Amino acid sequence: MDAKTIIARRVAQELSDGDLVNLGIGLPTLVANHIPDHIHVHLQSENGLIGLGPQPTEDKVDKNLTNAGAEYVTLKEGGMYFDSVTSFGIIRGGHVDVTVLGALEVDQHGSLASWIIPGKLVPGMGGAMDLVVGAKKVIVATTHTNKGRPKIKAACSLPLTAKEEVDMIVTELGVFHVNEDGLHLVERHPDISIETIIEQTDAPLIVGDVKLMEV
Amino acid sequence: MDKTIDKQAFMALLHDNQTIMVGGFMACGTPETLIDWVVESGVGNLTIICNDAGFKDRGVGKLIANDQVKTLIASHIGLNPEAGAHMSAGTMQCELVPQGTLAERIRAHGAGLGGILTPTGVGTIVEEGKRVIETDGTKYLLELPLGADLALIDARVADRHGNLVYDKTARNFNPVMAMAAKTVVALAHETTATLDPENVVTPHVLVDHIVKEVG
Repeated sequence: MDAKTIIARRVAQELSDGDLVNLGIGLPTLVANHIPDHIHVHLQSENGLIGLGPQPTEDKVDKNLTNAGAEYVTLKEGGMYFDSVTSFGIIRGGHVDVTVLGALEVDQHGSLASWIIPGKLVPGMGGAMDLVVGAKKVIVATTHTNKGRPKIKAACSLPLTAKEEVDMIVTELGVFHVNEDGLHLVERHPDISIETIIEQTDAPLIVGDVKLMEV
Repeated sequence: MDKTIDKQAFMALLHDNQTIMVGGFMACGTPETLIDWVVESGVGNLTIICNDAGFKDRGVGKLIANDQVKTLIASHIGLNPEAGAHMSAGTMQCELVPQGTLAERIRAHGAGLGGILTPTGVGTIVEEGKRVIETDGTKYLLELPLGADLALIDARVADRHGNLVYDKTARNFNPVMAMAAKTVVALAHETTATLDPENVVTPHVLVDHIVKEVG
């Protein structure tokens, strides 16, 4: 199983029946493919819909039905459309149960950097800042390292998306909870030792009872 | 009152140095015909307010490629490399605004509010230069209203009064922008004598002109 599938599968286990969920562009989108059959969640796309369905076949494409990543999508039965003010009212108002986002960096206190590398990459924050502040539970889904460099830091060095809002980090190596007293390693990949995870993490970890991830 | 105007009358509404709001999300729900006419008019030094920079050849990206934009106010520019290139070259300024904040700043102007208080961006570079106001122990940023000279709206159907309905996720920023500009022009893909009053999304009193999409 590749890293992205391990991460997406594990994040999907965090979702509960009836949740309103927003999945970010890229890796977080894959979570939708791993939601257990008995769990029914409502997926929001912040450009203005709840009830996001799978991508359409070519003959069913509607150019006025897209997700926040400008991809053509479908709407599930019971789904609906709304404008950007309503969409972000839903997001900022605490009506989204879970948001899943990628990261450039995430730190031990739950601060997230995901929208700018000054001088190099300036895509903009889009809806990420509102989502991270507004959602009840914020999960960062990311590969553990970028070109060998740890993404989990003691403190983010890049400009923040939000300060101390992340609740949980899922990587292909393990699962981490951001608590008041620091960053806890709560699960690990069965083939990866705790020592290896500590080595590849640039932040102090609190290690208690570490369970094994299902891979 | 017939609000329909032709291309010539639309062109007469355009001037150098205008602030123009353009509906759409990654060009879904952007009135492309009106953008093409703004390109053709050659007006310059524009301030464009739009969710994003569109693509190089779609949405407001066409105005950027044609060097007509002095300032872009948007939440995301990542899908249009031209926008980044114009920023780096110093030929266009870009103010990046969190998407939910952008929607609420536009709403504030249209609704006669002096600003809004949002938790989005607290503790990030978005906070720089802004007033932080604390109520009930939570910090908020004071974000100021955003209005425009002209709003270009994309509607699915307009009735003969100028009442508008939208199509799926092409709705996005269109309804709120119809509240916030001195002059509002809607491109209507269909026209009809009357709409069900229960289904009207944008009331006709907000709409100054209708351009009928041809073909």
